[in-house]
Amino acid sequence: MSAARAVRPVSVASFAQAQNVRRDDQRNEVEGLLPVIAEAFGAIGITKDDVDFICSGSTDYLVGGPFSFVMALDAVGVWPPRSESHVEMDGAWALYEAWVLLQEGKVDAALVYSFGRSSLGDLNEILTLQLDPYTMAPLWPDIVSLNALQARALIDAGKATEADFAAVASRSRRDALANPKAQVAGDIPVETLLEDEYVVAPLRRHALPPITDGAAAIVLAAGDKATRWSERPAWITGFDHRIETHALGARDLTASPSTAKAGEVAGVAAGPVDLAEIHAPFAHQELIVREALGLDGTVTVNPSGGALAANPIMSAGLIRIGEAASRIAAGQADRAVAHATSGPCLQQNLVCVLEGA
Amino acid sequence: MTAATADERGPVTTLATPIALDFDFTPGVAQSRFLRGLEQGKFMGQRCSVCGKVYVPSRGTCPTDGVPTTEDVELSNSGTVTTFCVVNVPFAGQSIEIPYIAAQVLLDGANLSFMGLIQELPATEVRMGLRVEAVWVPEDELAPSLASVRYFRPNGEPDADYETYKEYL
Repeated sequence: MSAARAVRPVSVASFAQAQNVRRDDQRNEVEGLLPVIAEAFGAIGITKDDVDFICSGSTDYLVGGPFSFVMALDAVGVWPPRSESHVEMDGAWALYEAWVLLQEGKVDAALVYSFGRSSLGDLNEILTLQLDPYTMAPLWPDIVSLNALQARALIDAGKATEADFAAVASRSRRDALANPKAQVAGDIPVETLLEDEYVVAPLRRHALPPITDGAAAIVLAAGDKATRWSERPAWITGFDHRIETHALGARDLTASPSTAKAGEVAGVAAGPVDLAEIHAPFAHQELIVREALGLDGTVTVNPSGGALAANPIMSAGLIRIGEAASRIAAGQADRAVAHATSGPCLQQNLVCVLEGA
Repeated sequence: MTAATADERGPVTTLATPIALDFDFTPGVAQSRFLRGLEQGKFMGQRCSVCGKVYVPSRGTCPTDGVPTTEDVELSNSGTVTTFCVVNVPFAGQSIEIPYIAAQVLLDGANLSFMGLIQELPATEVRMGLRVEAVWVPEDELAPSLASVRYFRPNGEPDADYETYKEYL
């Protein structure tokens, strides 16, 4: 293994995700998570008693209910009392916390899950509240407009064109045809996509993610459990996350130095990359992340369709890791990179390198 | 003026940034069944197939075993006060005269207590083990809401034995 630093081998032993839909108006968060966690356990023949630690990622702002993450634990069953944690972030960061705990060597297995209920409120209002509360949020700059600023900066810098954004969307939704869990899929050529109306110029409809209700779960394993639970473990050989300043005006929005640094520490360049699952909710962001990770044209990007095919907020990053790991477990790739993002315009980024045996 | 000092008006100490968000609530399958039960003047719970406990209201899962609760159980209209407090504090929007009693009521057949008002009894006479029954709003006012239960009142039965509710305090 070619990690940039010594790590205890930890594998993504199991991954499950809910059917991604525009609106699940039947089930509450617990009812949505139950079958996902049951599938993640069932796929490797274990129960909740086989994991030593539970960590989840979600935000109460999405469902408008305090402590929704505590109630979500009902989907696991926490008796006898369990060691548990939660991050108010995408589940990819919950996975990072669990991975760090596994690095200490005291426990060998962890359940990581997240639920993303994006449909219950107005995302443009909710996501504004992640901005600086004194000087930015009171202006209510919505998330689509902020990303349009980023896309515009990319065009003005000569780094990309609207056709490039459309090409990302066209490829993603075509690949999503092979993903039964995808919400948006279709084979639409770039020229047709470029006839879409602008939502906020230069972003047309296809460059935006869908609004998605979903959930995901991953089981991490180390030691004997890793080899016992997987025929071909997807080992995490590098893992890092970095953040940039809150002040959008202080950043070069056309680049992602936090992704580049995380990729460097995670050891992305230490070997060939077969595929990358990039968490790019807006089409133009895939171009920025690709560049930051130094991925060339030989790398298969987002075979799942990525966040343009389904974007359950707080789960979409965790799903990238699960999708990459699944392809390694299936023998379709030997070395993969999974990326997750958080905050406005790629403010915070996480990079996970996965390798087959 | 240097960067380290505010001007003669002093530092800004308050900034008002009004925020209001609207959300749709999704009670889910199990809780909807509970709310629909209230609309019909009855308490609906669900039983865990592993431990046999009956939850009311159920959120669709057994929080102990982490499995779906699929068996619906209609519960009694009567129950036992497991613990209570006497509220003497007035607050804005209060619709009930103080003092009043907020109690945890364990419905007969349930393994989870929930909060209810106790009325038709002087506050000094409420006690653990008190047997109570639900008093519902008139039929044409029943709604999928806990407001359909006006309050609980003594049902005339002798107090419950402590052993029967000691697990639910």
